[in-house]
Amino acid sequence: MLLRHTTKEIMERSALTVNPAKTCQPVGAMYASLGIHGCLPHSHGSQGCYAYHRTALTRHYKEPVIAATSAFTEGASVFGGQANLLQAIDNIFAVYNPDVIAVHTTCLSETIGDDIPQIINKAKADGKIPDGKYVIHANTPSYVGSHITGFSNMTKAMVDYFSSQNGPKQKTINLIPGYVEPSDMSEIKRIAREMGISSLMFPDTSQVLNGPMTGHYQMFPAGGSKIKDLQSTGNSLGTIAMGRMASLAAARALDAKCKVPYEMIDLPIGLQATDIFVDSLRKMAGVNVPESLSIERGQLLDVITDMQQYFFGKRVALVGDPDQVLALTKFLVSIDMYPVYIVTGSAAGKKYQKALEEATKDIPHEVKIKVGGDMLLLHQWIKNLSVDLLIGNTYVKYIAKDEDIPFIRFGFPILDRIGHSYFPTVGYKGGLRLVEKILDAVLDRKDRDSTDINFELVL
Amino acid sequence: MRKIAIYGKGGIGKSTTTQNTVAGLAEMGAKVMVVGCDPKADSTRLLLGGLAQRTVLDTLREEGEDVDLVDVRKTGFGGTLCTESGGPEPGVGCAGRGIITSINLLEQLGAYAESEKLDYVFYDVLGDVVCGGFAMPIREGKAKEIYIVVSGEMMAMYAANNICKGIVKFAEAGGVRLGGLICNSRKVDNEQEMINAFAEKLGTQMIHFVPRDNVVQRAEINRKTVIDYEPEHGQADEYRMLAKKIAENEMRIIPKPLAIEELEKLLIEYGIAA
Repeated sequence: MLLRHTTKEIMERSALTVNPAKTCQPVGAMYASLGIHGCLPHSHGSQGCYAYHRTALTRHYKEPVIAATSAFTEGASVFGGQANLLQAIDNIFAVYNPDVIAVHTTCLSETIGDDIPQIINKAKADGKIPDGKYVIHANTPSYVGSHITGFSNMTKAMVDYFSSQNGPKQKTINLIPGYVEPSDMSEIKRIAREMGISSLMFPDTSQVLNGPMTGHYQMFPAGGSKIKDLQSTGNSLGTIAMGRMASLAAARALDAKCKVPYEMIDLPIGLQATDIFVDSLRKMAGVNVPESLSIERGQLLDVITDMQQYFFGKRVALVGDPDQVLALTKFLVSIDMYPVYIVTGSAAGKKYQKALEEATKDIPHEVKIKVGGDMLLLHQWIKNLSVDLLIGNTYVKYIAKDEDIPFIRFGFPILDRIGHSYFPTVGYKGGLRLVEKILDAVLDRKDRDSTDINFELVL
Repeated sequence: MRKIAIYGKGGIGKSTTTQNTVAGLAEMGAKVMVVGCDPKADSTRLLLGGLAQRTVLDTLREEGEDVDLVDVRKTGFGGTLCTESGGPEPGVGCAGRGIITSINLLEQLGAYAESEKLDYVFYDVLGDVVCGGFAMPIREGKAKEIYIVVSGEMMAMYAANNICKGIVKFAEAGGVRLGGLICNSRKVDNEQEMINAFAEKLGTQMIHFVPRDNVVQRAEINRKTVIDYEPEHGQADEYRMLAKKIAENEMRIIPKPLAIEELEKLLIEYGIAA
């Protein structure tokens, strides 16, 4: 009973977050940077920041996460970080020789007001950036937004620094996948490929943070968006941006900069959201949906209908990042489950809240939603009236254990299980995996709690 | 050792007044250290006869942590010890943090130690208290006594009132007190009466009225305090008087800052009465 001090009484709180469901901007920016091939993320701040951000990612992906730091000391905080960053750029290209250094800032550098573009220009003028190499940046103060904001900012930086209309229009489609797993990024690309569409994905962490063990350490793994691809995103037919919080800023910037129109859709989690994704691809590229995808879709639909009685009416509590939570809520409702408690760690605005309310309006229970809430509140709701299933990141396991509720790990971070790096939750295949996880959790519980008389062999 | 901080609106004459007063105290035989807390590092120019020294932060930047007191402290007029905290160039970094770093370093190096046998430490702080760093001299009991340089101009009084708000905040926690207002005359009508009334409303005193005299500017051009440049001049006696009054001052209060309406009323009352 590690959370035994959680009270049933809910007090109004305005300035206190307990067990937050989010982390800070640079974590997301660092993750996005790793989605560029040959990129070394650089944390412009003190060493503690960078160590924490690397740790946060390593614990989730179980892969070494490389990054560099400006290693601020007292002097840098007084005189500004310019000297440190210039020296860092010099050292990094000399020692590690990446193609790109992606600089993100920290609270300290933002508060003292370092002007990163000016410093990058100075590095260029001083000849510290070799030909054909790049230094890009995103401002990521942690006291604004969350890791999703940081991811969004760095993704937009890829457009700001690289995208151009440098040739004739191509039949290519840009895919901005949002803050999802490397496995999800592979799956989104595979669906486009299955449809015969040539796509450019950014960022793309597949084969970076879920690569194979080869016996040889590679500082810059095979995966990641290539610079020439990032540069030619401006020539594409259009952009499909998935997850408004994580991807809209980049899609908009690309539209404004290179007149590439975009379609803003939910993360393709579940049947209908994947349908919308596939349909957007189909319309944008002017292709037909191949039989192979229709089969995958049909399989997911088959399982949903076969097992409908076990989904129906189950009360679910769900916590995570806004884009994931919205798509998953819609999916759960579509399979007749009742997501009754919904919490996002990051604030996401009134329209977002409305979208969640709209998605859950037909549930015959009181639905509690908190956009920009925390896990304490979720736990308190559960203490007042429990649920049949909990979905959230690893931190939710404390609630699951204390309240003895079946629990599915979903979102960021997952620190105590594997699978998320290799098996997607997006697309029809991902939908199938989610449904499998839900059924495993729900039916294991049913088996555990069945009496000898109603313990069934075949379900 | 009395630890005194001088605050006031930018350009009001804090550094000039501080250095002239310190010269007065030095003449009386007191051992004084001046700590300039302004990135411009011009708080000790008149005592040293020019911007002759390296600032604490410059030294720290160039030589790393391995700094000695002699590297950052110079002896000026009448044996006064002068240090400048310094800071980043305009537009970059964080000057407030610089002052925190610098004062901490001076403490570590033993600048305030018993063995230095200081009678006074003066902190000369830039303009308004813009962030936590500039409040450093009045935090944690570093300075116990504050004098605000003011004139009869609206903005100067407004700034003085604001500084009082800062003092109230730190007075409750750290024991810092207001010693008085120093009026550095701008030849505003009814100035002396107005500042007297202002001081009274704040609950303090106008410790001295320093008349305006061009000898101050002539001395500055020659990189000297008036006491050093023209010791026989009447203005030198004014500063000696101010130094004496500060030496003998026993009034230490927590100010009662005025509401803006009250401050404006005061201005109208004395401005129009003229």
